[in-house]
Amino acid sequence: MGMSTPLSIVVVEEDRDRAIAIGDALRSSGDCEVHVIVDTSGLARKIAAHAPDIVLIDYDNPTRDMLEELTLASGPLERPVAMFVSGAAGGLAQAAVEAGVSAYVVDGLRPERIKPVIDTAVARFQMVRQMRTELAETRRALEERKVIDRAKGLVMKAKGVNEEQAYMLLRKTAMDQGRRVADVAEALVTASGLLS
Amino acid sequence: MKTLSISVAYMPLVDALPLIAAQELGFAEAEGIALDLVAAPSWSSVRDMLSFGRVDAAHLLSPMPVAMALGLGSVTTPLAAVSVLSANGNMIGVSRTVEQRLRDQGYGFDFGDARAAAQALAKATEGTLTIGVPFPFSMHVELLNYWLDSTGLSDPGIEIRTVPPPLMAQALRDGSIDAFCVGEPWGSVAVEQEVGALLLPGKAIWSFAPEKVLAVRSGWAETEPELLMRMMRAVWRAARWAARPESRTAAAEMLSRPGYLDVPAELIDRALTGQFIISGRGDQRNTDGHVDFFDGAANFPWRSQAKWIGSRLAHRFGLDQRQAQATAAGVFRSDLFRAALQNTGADLPGASQKLEGAIRHPTAVASLKGGLILKPDTFFDGQVFEPLDEK
Repeated sequence: MGMSTPLSIVVVEEDRDRAIAIGDALRSSGDCEVHVIVDTSGLARKIAAHAPDIVLIDYDNPTRDMLEELTLASGPLERPVAMFVSGAAGGLAQAAVEAGVSAYVVDGLRPERIKPVIDTAVARFQMVRQMRTELAETRRALEERKVIDRAKGLVMKAKGVNEEQAYMLLRKTAMDQGRRVADVAEALVTASGLLS
Repeated sequence: MKTLSISVAYMPLVDALPLIAAQELGFAEAEGIALDLVAAPSWSSVRDMLSFGRVDAAHLLSPMPVAMALGLGSVTTPLAAVSVLSANGNMIGVSRTVEQRLRDQGYGFDFGDARAAAQALAKATEGTLTIGVPFPFSMHVELLNYWLDSTGLSDPGIEIRTVPPPLMAQALRDGSIDAFCVGEPWGSVAVEQEVGALLLPGKAIWSFAPEKVLAVRSGWAETEPELLMRMMRAVWRAARWAARPESRTAAAEMLSRPGYLDVPAELIDRALTGQFIISGRGDQRNTDGHVDFFDGAANFPWRSQAKWIGSRLAHRFGLDQRQAQATAAGVFRSDLFRAALQNTGADLPGASQKLEGAIRHPTAVASLKGGLILKPDTFFDGQVFEPLDEK
């Protein structure tokens, strides 16, 4: 294995910071060259230009279907890329799919060369995914807080009550209707926007 | 009876309706099952989830399991297409630039004549026409190639490129595609965002094309026949509901929810009624039965439909015709469809294959109960596909 040329890996990740983090982790895990593709327009062509041994992409990335075109490239000089899972080392592949990584690997690459790459990628992608979920949740919570504040303001003005009473009224309405406070607040803000 | 759960992956599209309705309206429950519906971000992930056992069933593009059986693409787990979920439903459209060139020629956007549309499009094209499709193995690609091959539209140079449906409007806007073929609501979304105009419904090319199938792993079909039959019956009853005109309003509302398609019900309604707004000018065109969920034995997986797909793939990838058709026919499991639906009131055709493209008018055919009428299944060029015999 020591004599072999370094593995060429392409990582498709639209977030530049995360892409760099994944690239660094892969480089430190072994002898490989990592190319990162951030802009996914014309994805198949960009990947083909690198002629990589392995392509890694987040399972949830909708642009993944563009990669399927690579498996159809039939010219003698084009490198056949198959999804890793279709190859011999089935167990590894299943782990990758379940962890949310899609790996496309050139046919005939030895499993012992692929394993450290996949292991590293799985760990890194999982971390990225968790951060992304947390970020989305934080953002949503902030947006909901803003809407609830506006709804409270509307109730205070319309009913001549204080902030706490306004919130209690919103909460009671939500409970009576079996809805979330944020949803009731949003309905109120929308309705008042229409009427103003 | 204990409720058994079956996980089903789907792509958020109008034609996922029979699966969603089977769960939402209690057709699954009546069979003692629950469908755990998993929305997928891409067709590749639907395929992988099914192939590697994360789900037990899936909404798939009809050519996908056939291509997998032929060893094409990146995953080749044996799958069984146990029923057709819908016939037709695709939409071909063009960018605003191409639309303008077509109008400048005096083209009237008749929304029906595939040959005239191809001729007008060839005249409006300078250089290469790039067409976006959702997946390399799809009815979209097969219909486009069939249309291009038999009209000479391929002459100006055609590039067919994969673009995920939710990104199709963006690709039109940034000029990376000139045209598209995509399932609804994404064609209407492009019109609504004023980046494209609709040219032809897919059925203008083939009037009864099997669009999506309900697929399971072949191994799972063997080990879980009882669960499979229950799911097939539930989905079949949901399809019968979905096909009724009086169901449309409820269906559009159901699909529009954030958990499913998350687009306005009014856009979904266009595909269900066949009444489309085709351009930013607001002109309307109607097509009868844009997507067929049930009528004319739409759910029956004809072995000849699979052979047509196999034949087209063999043509495109240089495979042996007879062998490709035989392999393809084995994927569309009319035997399982008959077994699941024999005592449900379903009228099953006597044969499991037919000439594709030979039915020019609604036609009564030999069937279990004697009341089956097949819908026209013609190709725009009048050709008839005669499936090869299996040795």
